[in-house]
This record gives sequence, C-alpha cells and structure tokens, in this order.
Amino acid sequence: MTRPGSPGPRGSGIRRALAAWCGDHPGGQVLLLAGVLLLFGWLGSNTVQNMHRFGLRPGFGFLAQPANFEIGQALIEYSSRDTYARAVLVGLLNTLEIAVAGCLLASLLGLVLGVARLAGNRLLSGLVQAYVELIRNTPLLLQLFFWSATVHALPPPRRALAPGAGIFLTNRGVFVPTLGFDSVPDWLAPAFLAAAIVIVGLVLLRRHLTTGLALTLAAVSVATPIGVALAAGLQVSLDVPELDGFNFTGGATLGPEFTTLLVGLVVNFAATNSEIVRSGIVAVPRGQWDAGRALGFCWWRTLRLIVLPQTLRVAIPLLTSSYLNLVKSSSLAVAIGFPDLTSVIGTTANQTGQAVEAILILGGVYLTLNLVISAIMNSANRRLALRV
Amino acid sequence: MSEFSAALRAVPPPFFVRLAALWRQWRAELFGTRLNAALTLGSLAFLAWAVPPVFRWAVLDATWTGTAETCAASDGACWAFIGEKLRFMAFGPYPAELRWQPALATTLLLALVVASCVPRLWGRALPPAWIAAIAAAVLLMAGGITAPSVPTGQWGGMPLTVLLCVAGLAGAFPLAVLLAIGRRSNMLVARVLATGFIEVVRGVPLIAVLYVATLMVPLMLPAGMMMDKLLRTQIAIILFAAAYMAEIIRAGLQSVPAGQYEAARALGLPFWPLMRLVVLPQALRTVIPSFVTLGIGILQDTTLVVVIGVFDFLNAARTAATDPDWLGFYDEAFIFAASVYFLLCFAASRYSLWLERRLQPGG
Repeated sequence: MTRPGSPGPRGSGIRRALAAWCGDHPGGQVLLLAGVLLLFGWLGSNTVQNMHRFGLRPGFGFLAQPANFEIGQALIEYSSRDTYARAVLVGLLNTLEIAVAGCLLASLLGLVLGVARLAGNRLLSGLVQAYVELIRNTPLLLQLFFWSATVHALPPPRRALAPGAGIFLTNRGVFVPTLGFDSVPDWLAPAFLAAAIVIVGLVLLRRHLTTGLALTLAAVSVATPIGVALAAGLQVSLDVPELDGFNFTGGATLGPEFTTLLVGLVVNFAATNSEIVRSGIVAVPRGQWDAGRALGFCWWRTLRLIVLPQTLRVAIPLLTSSYLNLVKSSSLAVAIGFPDLTSVIGTTANQTGQAVEAILILGGVYLTLNLVISAIMNSANRRLALRV
Repeated sequence: MSEFSAALRAVPPPFFVRLAALWRQWRAELFGTRLNAALTLGSLAFLAWAVPPVFRWAVLDATWTGTAETCAASDGACWAFIGEKLRFMAFGPYPAELRWQPALATTLLLALVVASCVPRLWGRALPPAWIAAIAAAVLLMAGGITAPSVPTGQWGGMPLTVLLCVAGLAGAFPLAVLLAIGRRSNMLVARVLATGFIEVVRGVPLIAVLYVATLMVPLMLPAGMMMDKLLRTQIAIILFAAAYMAEIIRAGLQSVPAGQYEAARALGLPFWPLMRLVVLPQALRTVIPSFVTLGIGILQDTTLVVVIGVFDFLNAARTAATDPDWLGFYDEAFIFAASVYFLLCFAASRYSLWLERRLQPGG
C-alpha cells in the first residue's frame, strides 16, 4: 500500500532507493520468500525421490524417445514411431489451427450477430438475444458434447448431406473442395514474393500515392505472374470431394472431432463477441449516426464507415480477453477426443510418468500463446487509440 | 381548465385505442423500412424452418412414459428416459438408500447461497455461516453417522457440482483477498509472488490446473502420503477461482478513494484493522455483481472435472445415456442438463443485474 506523506527511511540516496524498492518489512519479506522457496524445495526433492523410486529420470530427456501412440489428425507427418517432441509439436499445431480458425470465425459471426441485434428490428434482436442467453448460461463442455452427438448423428458418406458448393457433411467429417494446381512453374513462388514486396512498399508509400495508382500497381504486380504462368501451361482445377466406395476422396477433410470443436467454440464465442460488438456500437455517441445521416449516408454506410471503426476502439481490449479465453477453452478438446496440445500432453504424462515436465511444457506453451496474443492485440490497440 | 386536461390525461385511453397504438408501433418496428421488412421476413422464415421440426420432436412425437422399447418405436424425444434416470443424474453413483444425505447437503448449500443473495443479511454472521454449512454438507455427504460412510469416489451428480462450486468460491475468497492486497502492496516479495500466481493461473486453462492436481501432486508428496482425489480437485478449483477473484477484489480496492485510507490512518488504525474495518467493506460491496458473474463461470467450469473422471452432474447425465437398457438418449440427457444449468445461471445473472442497479449510488 503506498502511503503518501509517510516518513521515508533516512540515510544515503542508495539506501533510500533500496528501501523504496523492496518496501515495508524487509525482514518479513525475506521470511516469506524463504518459506516459499522451502516449500518448492520440499516438493521438488519429493518429486525427484519419487521418480527415482519409480525408475524415472527427471528432466526433458524423455522427449527424444519414441511416442508409441497414434494421433488421429496431424498437420505435419507423424507416425507412432516419432518422438514425444514431435507428438507435442503436432498437438501444438492442432491447437494453433483451432485457435486461429476459431478466433476468425467467432469474430465474423459475432460481428454479424452484434450488428443484427442493433439493426432496429425487434424480432431479429429478440432471436439474437435468445441465442446469446442460451449459449452464455450453459457450460461450454455441455455444448461440445451436444455438437459431438450431432456430428456423430450425421449420415454416413453414402447418404451425405450436401448443402451445395461441393461441401459434404458426414459422420466421418466435413469434406470441402480445394484448389489444385498442376505444372506449377519454378519461378512462380519468387515472382509472388516480389509481388508481396511491391505491395509492402506500396503500403509504406501510401501517403505519397493516389489510391487508384497504388491499387493498379498492386493488381499488376500480382496479375502479371499469374497471367504469364497460365499462358505457360499452369492448370488450376477445383478438387471437389467425390464418393469413392465407402468414403470421399479428393478435396480437404475436416475430421469429426475438429468439426465438433470448431463449431462448439465458434458458436460459443460468437455469443460473447456479439455482446462485445453490441457494447462497442452502443458506446459510439448518437451524434455520429446523425452526422452520417446528415452526410447522406445510408444506414449500412454509416455503420461501416463511421460507427464500426470507432467501435473497434472499445471492443479491442474486450476482444483480446475473448481470444485468450478461446485459446484456453480449446483445451476442452481433450473431452471430445481431438488431439490438441493438452490432450497430447496428458497422454505423454500418463505414458511416461514424467508428469511434472509435461505439465511445465503445457503451462509454458499456454503462457507464451497468451503473451503473443496480448502483444498483437495491444499493438492493434495502440494504433487505434485516440491520440490526444 | 388545466385541472380538467390533467384529469383527462389521468384517464387511461380505451383498450382498442391502446391496441391500435401498439399495432402502429409494432408495424413501424417490424416493417417500417424496406430493410426492416426484409429482416422480419428473414427471421420469420428462419423460425418457420427451425421451430416445427423441433416442436414435433420435443412435444408432438415425444414419449412421456414407458420403456426404452416404446421410445424406440417413435421418432420423437424420449422424456421417459429422463423420468427413469432422474435419480441417477441427480446423485450419480451415490448409494441409493443413502441419497437423502446428499439431498439434504445440497438443500443446505443452496439455502446458504440464496440467503447470501439477500442484501439485508450481509454482515458479520455470513462467513461463519458459510464455514458451518460447508462443513455440515461435507459431513452429510461422507455419512458414517447412522450408516456406513461413503467414499468420495462414489459422490456424484448435482450435490457434487454444488459442493465443488460453493466450496470453491468460499475457499477462494480469503486467498483472493490476500492475493489482491499482496498485488497492491509496496512489499516487493509479496507483490511479485501474488502477481506471478495470479497471472500464471489466469494464463493456463483450468484443465491444466486439474492435471496439476491429478498428475503432478501425487508425485510431489512424500512417499506414503496420499491425498484424496476429490480433495485435490477441490483445491485446484479453489486456486483457479482465487486468481480470478483476486483481480475482481483488486478492482474493488482501486475504487476505494485514497481519502478513506488516509482518514483511517489519521485515526491511528494499523494496517489489518484498516483493511478489515474501512477499506474491504467498501471495496467488496462494489464488486458483488462481479462475484456473481464469477460464480456462474465457476459453476460452468466445474463440468471440466469430467476430464479427470469425477462424477459431476454433467458427467452423470452423460453416463445415464450409456446404460445398455437406455442406450443413446444423449440428446435428451444433454437437453435436460442444459435446462438445469440454464435455470441456475440465468437466475444468477438476472440477480446480478438487479443488484448492480440497486448498488448504484442513488439507485
């Protein structure tokens, strides 16, 4: 507790600075620190003794041993003969995949729902409100169980639901079309890199160029390599999934567990984000809407050009905590069988007995993810904050 | 004249006039502009698409009484399953003949929570009442007075959910007060320890904390020393809740004006009486609505104990649908569990809103 006006310690400048730095009761603080260190030391020595008793060697050496368990969904090559380190990496990538996809989709859906809530239509806003209340007042895990049951109740591939656009919903996952490229010329990747450098340069020089010129240059730098490549025989095909025997081939597959987790997280966090968007829009003063009207903007243009940019200023700190929560909640994957980081770490800890090390990795990774997300969002916040 | 017009205004307009005004208002809100009309029609189309199949499944085609065979014969929901499995969902694997014990314990805990929601009862009697009620609930669950005692592995269902949540919040409170004061302290070690604990616990998922309790703690205790799994889970929930609660209390401490500290110092109060008598009562009062929101979150988070195999209400409901006689009625089980959670959380969130309005200065 800072006590303004309390008589400070006397003596030389260094001693006073030291006393101000460590605060009141230095003796008590030393005791507290010693107590905490003793507790940790006791727990640590117990752990080492127990591990020796079980024939385990403390440390991270186990990461180099073969993992001997399969992982259902992996973004990189993985087999059960690979090491624990690689298994953990597979889990981390799965967590990142679900986190990025979840944050993007939940933000989009949240934006749509938040705007719909305030579109001035009583029926629509009532529907959105009912959705938000239903989602926020039931546990996320229950929702995930429900989505899991729903995904597994989808028809088998032979009778797949086809909502169109080459997308198929089955109990073996969701099949979506992808773009396929044939006879890609070697120089295409460097050419795209050059185009990217041009675009970055244009963004940096945007103050000195007209928008039209900048857009034209950007379009030319991207379109030229594509055009030349197409003329040189590049073939682009749409790889649509097709029924082949009992399953689909071609396209990309979102596994049933991934689909369950993604749908559950998006539906849940879209409700949170829609409330954030709503509170952000409400925080924009009424005069801004009137000003947009006075300029002759329609409702949509006023919202898009005037209100939403100001909404972001209120929404970003709240969105940051929503994203952090989404990343942490993605660990519920373990309950529905999606091999995310938490699930892989749990298996590793159970198989090797190296629980302390495994959980240290788990905590370290989540804390790092948190720091990264906070840093990104804070830099966005700084750019958007009012400069007075 | 003015008296006459005032009297005229006091007379409510006839029913049909009010109805017409309401209709005009609704028409403007639903079909006032082209956009509005489109949104209304879209919403109606959505309702027409979504509601009839759900209604048919949940009500018209539903089976209300009977056995699994009668349920399998119809396409609708099988509410008979809920009736059959209600006791199991409510109490989990707790021995059937002793179920009055957890029922009484739950009633006690819920009564405690409801009583704590009445602002008139806020006072010095509450903390001892919480301790007594939780101790009584634990003793009742454990049994052993008239009948054989029940091991914690058999505790389950709603009593366990309520106990984990209520004891979690109650246990977190003193720790959270210390953490919040420590984080605002000018003592370096206290500040660093409190900040470190709060940020680390808030930075990792609850499942990681539960893993610490189930996988790490047994390894960290000296050989031969055991700790009950449910107790470890409960401690994990307490620590998790304490980190979040500490931040709420810190916000409350920051809202107390510096003049209050200075006035208490001028009266010669030492630090702890200053906190207990002057600062904390004011700080806590402003953040009670946030406590309720945290309580809702913790109630929902207790479901995660499924991951480490503890039989809370959700786990019991899910397990009910794995009974070979009543296999696969997951939707019914989840809808029932969702309704129970919804009722509890919705009531709490409405209460929190009401309290926020009431606690506002001049409200």
